[in-house]
Amino acid sequence: MSKKVKKEKSMIIQKEMIASLFKELSTAKETGKKVVYTFVPGNISELIRAFDMLPVYPEINALQSGMRKKSRDFIRDAEKIGHSEDVCTYVKCDVGMMINGNIGPTGEKIPDPDLLLLSYTGCFTFMKWFETLERLYPGVPVALLHTPYQEAQKITPEMTEYMVKQLKEEVIPKMEKVSGKKYDEEKLKKILVNTNKVEEYMVKIFETTKNKPSPIDAYFAGVYYIGPINIGFRGTEEAVHYYEELYKEILERVEKGLGPITPEGEMKEEKFRLVVEGPPNWTHFREFWKIFYDMGAVIVASSYTKVGGVYDNGFRVNPEKPLESLAKYCMNCYTNLNLEQRVDLLSDCITNYDADGFLVNSIKSCNSFSAGQLMIMQQLERKLEIPVGFVESDLVDPRYFSYSNIKNRLESFFQMLEQRKLILGN
Amino acid sequence: MESLKDIIKRCEEISFDLNFTRAKEWKSQDDSRVIVGHMPIYFPREIIHAVGGLCVGILGGGDKKQIIKGDAYYQSYICHMPRSIIEMVLDGHFEGFDGFIFPSICDVIRNLSGMFLLVGKGKFIKYLDYPQNFKSHIGGEFYQKELQHVLNQVYKLNNVELTQERLNNSIQLFNKNRELIKKIYDIRQQTPWRLTAADVYHIVRAGYMIPVEEHNLILENVVQHIQEDIGDNLDKIRVLVIGAFCEQPPIGLIKTIEMAGCYIVEDDFLLGSRWIQKDIENANSEDGLLNTLSEAYLNHSTFSSSIYDVDNPKEARLLKLMKERKVDGIIFAAPSFCDPALLDHPILQKACDDNNVRYISFLFSENTGQFKVIKEQVGTFSDSIKLWE
Ligand code: SF4
Ligand code: SF4
Repeated sequence: MSKKVKKEKSMIIQKEMIASLFKELSTAKETGKKVVYTFVPGNISELIRAFDMLPVYPEINALQSGMRKKSRDFIRDAEKIGHSEDVCTYVKCDVGMMINGNIGPTGEKIPDPDLLLLSYTGCFTFMKWFETLERLYPGVPVALLHTPYQEAQKITPEMTEYMVKQLKEEVIPKMEKVSGKKYDEEKLKKILVNTNKVEEYMVKIFETTKNKPSPIDAYFAGVYYIGPINIGFRGTEEAVHYYEELYKEILERVEKGLGPITPEGEMKEEKFRLVVEGPPNWTHFREFWKIFYDMGAVIVASSYTKVGGVYDNGFRVNPEKPLESLAKYCMNCYTNLNLEQRVDLLSDCITNYDADGFLVNSIKSCNSFSAGQLMIMQQLERKLEIPVGFVESDLVDPRYFSYSNIKNRLESFFQMLEQRKLILGN
Repeated sequence: MESLKDIIKRCEEISFDLNFTRAKEWKSQDDSRVIVGHMPIYFPREIIHAVGGLCVGILGGGDKKQIIKGDAYYQSYICHMPRSIIEMVLDGHFEGFDGFIFPSICDVIRNLSGMFLLVGKGKFIKYLDYPQNFKSHIGGEFYQKELQHVLNQVYKLNNVELTQERLNNSIQLFNKNRELIKKIYDIRQQTPWRLTAADVYHIVRAGYMIPVEEHNLILENVVQHIQEDIGDNLDKIRVLVIGAFCEQPPIGLIKTIEMAGCYIVEDDFLLGSRWIQKDIENANSEDGLLNTLSEAYLNHSTFSSSIYDVDNPKEARLLKLMKERKVDGIIFAAPSFCDPALLDHPILQKACDDNNVRYISFLFSENTGQFKVIKEQVGTFSDSIKLWE
């Protein structure tokens, strides 16, 4: 493993994009830009941008607090004011951050919301989260966009119609009021042209893991790749530029036969190819990742990178049908798929990316992912006869990350994969 | 008339019959009959009743079902109820059920619907997406389509069509059912010693297991009995228990609270049976048969952790309810790991703090067997309120 890590151009672009967004946010009150709090799954930031407003994602704040080792104290502070130990730690981390001044990752204060856009896709906790925020920011209007679940493995015309009506009669009027601007459908269409391009790139980028070695890690590095599209750059020129550059770099790696870049440089030997289900742990992200790359394990696909949108099955926004597209996009996010669809999607990933095994990282406080995961695992094991592994951690609560426990379990899992390889003779 | 003691005994048996004997027996009497199981919290049972079906509540195994296989399906940090339901699936308790309804109340119930699909349980599985938009032409329309979807599934099984007459008959029966349950709660509010909270629980829960016609007879009898001056008034405080709308508290817990110096005069244990707070109007085909049910849901639902309360804050509704029921304090009792209930508690408790309402809180699981700590906590709570007065 080479220890020298050279920053790729795409990394620099991403860093600049994030810095500029937070800068813009920190000066929003002076510049008069309105701020909308919303969520990653069902993230209709194109609409927010169409009104020249800026999005803020409480989940992203929480995960960044986790990475910056601040979440422990934030969670403790939220528990002190009555939040239960048993609930989603993203919510508690966000509440804790807020009562501690809402300082963002760049050290600047994140402005208070002018609108709470509760577009809650695939998780009920989002709804509870905003009920909490609504009380922390009294008087801030709430626009609720209810995304129906794909319970019958499909999006029906009624579901789309219901969402479009909500967009037209609930969300857009509130955005008009808050922003003081009229809804401009042509502007939204133009933004969606970029989204469409970005979605194409996303698919191409994550498909490069079909190569051997895989040029990228679709989980640990994947979470960085989905960063721009998830934190408010959907439909922006910057995003198109970023993904274009990223894709170019990855293709170069493919041409050179290079493996993924890790925090300690390039991974030299690809021993195991895995598909991972569930979000990562943020408080010990590097340590967690290291266990994998030290063992030569690369993640060739992960469900988590689909949390802000699933494009594998051909869905792309259609700029000519802007509101319908936003509705369908929301309904297509990973946790809005029913369990059968999730099993099928993961099964396709395992087959298409020629994975050796399937691993679940079960998150203690995330029912949206965790409930049913054991059954998904059983189904895949039965259907594909591949080794399955299971580890547990939490998103941002460091109390639930047991390094030795996770390492032991992963080592046994890798041994199992090794043995299977020997038996299969490859 | 059957004695109150006998009625209660019968309800105890019916309400915890995990084999759903009465429902299955009812179904066996006619080939066109169907059984539809529904999870908490609320489902408009009227529509199933109107098309020759019996809607049965699936409320988990409580402390009556030993978990042997269920733990292999759920991590330890997920509430208990879905694992007992899966255990019941695997042990064949739902044989003879035709369909299952999963109301959209949380991610666990939502994903449980997927698990039923994966194990191929029932002739239909419906995850019922309750609208969070409360406008008739948006959320109302969507809700009616959701209900129509259920009706279509039942129609495929028994060819019974929904008619205005049948639906109105069902609406009347369930209006009566809600009215009688409300009467029991109202009488208990004045004279809680006439019937224990555990008795009320069994009586109401029996209604989740048998035809509404039979349940109404039971309720009528109970009302008659408790209109008499029976029982002894003990020196207890009056409490409202909230948080147990889905996974049900063990009977031992309800009894413990009352033994430790409280009368439970309001609760959300079997909230679905009291969800609609007003009589539902008769349906008419001009507005669409499902219109009045939909309007009742949109406009007359109780407050709940499963509904976003954007224009109707739940803390205000809790305080109002508390005043109406004249309670001395609130007990927050939620199932462990229940996000919807537990995320509401800081909001509700803050309102209690701001309004000098006394409360305690604890967690339970449907199979909790030890109540010593809870008994002490409730006892201290009750004593402190009595001392205060
Ligand atoms: S439960 Fe999971 S999906 Fe929902 S807010 Fe929490 S972390 Fe996100
Ligand atoms: S107890 Fe709570 S978390 Fe569990 S299924 Fe019921 S509502 Fe969901």
